[in-house]
Amino acid sequence: MPALAVAAVVLATWEGGIAAFHIQQFLLPRPSEIVKSFWTERHTLWPAGWYTFKEALGGFAAGSTLGVLAATFVGRFKRVGTAFMPIAIAANAVPIIAFAPIFDIWFNPLSPVSKMAIAAVLCFLPVMVNTLRGLQSASPRQIELMRSYAASDLEIWLRVRVPTALPFLFTALKVASVLAMIGAIVGEYFGGAFNALGVLINSDAQIFDFVTAWAGIFVASLLGLSLYAAVVLMERLVVRWVPDARDS
Amino acid sequence: MSEPQSVVSIHGVTKTFPQGNVTALQDIELELKPGEFVSLIGPSGCGKSTLLRVIGDLVQPTSGTLTVNGKTARQARIDRDYGIVFQDAVLFDWRTVSKNIALPLEMLGWDREKRKARVTEMLELVELKGFGDHHPWQLSGGMQQRAAIARAFAFEPSLLLMDEPFGALDEMTRERLNLELLSIWQRLGSTVVFVTHSISEAVFLSTRVVVMSPRPGRIAGVVDIDLPDPRGVETREDPRFFELVTEVRELLRKRGEHLLPEEEPA
Repeated sequence: MPALAVAAVVLATWEGGIAAFHIQQFLLPRPSEIVKSFWTERHTLWPAGWYTFKEALGGFAAGSTLGVLAATFVGRFKRVGTAFMPIAIAANAVPIIAFAPIFDIWFNPLSPVSKMAIAAVLCFLPVMVNTLRGLQSASPRQIELMRSYAASDLEIWLRVRVPTALPFLFTALKVASVLAMIGAIVGEYFGGAFNALGVLINSDAQIFDFVTAWAGIFVASLLGLSLYAAVVLMERLVVRWVPDARDS
Repeated sequence: MSEPQSVVSIHGVTKTFPQGNVTALQDIELELKPGEFVSLIGPSGCGKSTLLRVIGDLVQPTSGTLTVNGKTARQARIDRDYGIVFQDAVLFDWRTVSKNIALPLEMLGWDREKRKARVTEMLELVELKGFGDHHPWQLSGGMQQRAAIARAFAFEPSLLLMDEPFGALDEMTRERLNLELLSIWQRLGSTVVFVTHSISEAVFLSTRVVVMSPRPGRIAGVVDIDLPDPRGVETREDPRFFELVTEVRELLRKRGEHLLPEEEPA
């Protein structure tokens, strides 16, 4: 667990550095104060975190499912795939978060649906592009072997293409889990329900309550990390055969 | 159809690839009798791998007729009349060694008990006992190739197609697997079509060696291998072995000119 040691050193340096250089609290509060605020503000921050987490989770689920479905559809028809792939990759480079204010107008900004939509759109493209790439990287020899067994297209799909695509899918899901949390919180910065985490962080910062804002960021980080960890756990349960999946 | 005793019957088979206007095979005539071990040898581009794939119905010939067990190649493939081994083991990473060997049995709809019994048998045959629960990446190249051979033999196909199966292995492993392949072939009595680059390997294994020449791919000559059976380490030291190696080499030189395959120490 050398990572834990590094984290401890970083926190200690942060705490000590603030005392040593007399850094103003609004610039950077001490970690101990952030943790204290994380506890004292638990009645507002934690439910707000849960509210935002549900938005992220909803967007993650919807965006990823649609991404997998789209990849399956596009992968099924080669010509659609070759026409679609460059567009998908180009669209992947668009900073989708810039659309957040537009989504607030399309959907009700106070409803969680508008944040879910942002998170879903953020998740969709990486999941789709990666899954499609996975489906297409099935080994031609393995397919030839299946043909020698007179396998149908469906059997080749299930026994070769899907297992080949799974590691690609999980790589995309890990990226998407992070993007979903970003999407939900940044979406809330542009306005959202009163008890949403992004709204709280934003309003605390505006009234110079930086310690609480940092505590909010801490909550967001914990939730983002736990979503990511859940995906990693699922990956280990499903993709057992890749040797390096164990130390990623 | 007139000769039901032929396992593979090829008449006037030609294959051209429209891209680049390449004639991969031209007017191929070949008959394979049950239990024969026939090697196809020749330089790169002589169409030996294409011929193997035509027999397996993985590539369609442009013209000519071809039957496998008296049926069309397509019907033979649908009936799972043949097993195939490639240069790479082509194991499925997500399956254990046992499950890889069981793959064709699953495709044939064998029940679990029957599959398990056969896999145990095959693991023993290729000396991979105790490795059934390993994943392919945990095995060496030679062991992976043994698993691929076990998979191809598992459902006892009457015909085995092998496309340079030992081409990627070192000389020591290759010679050991040659011996193992011969003993499995003798025990099961299948007909084998074996594509190789190595003259000594072809002579050592085969009952007949078909020498092919490139551009266009055609049969340059056939050498009957009359070495005594069973073959073993001493076969490679037999003077007759050297005569046959020379005969094959001469045929390659005459037809292929400078396009000789890489030669290995005999």
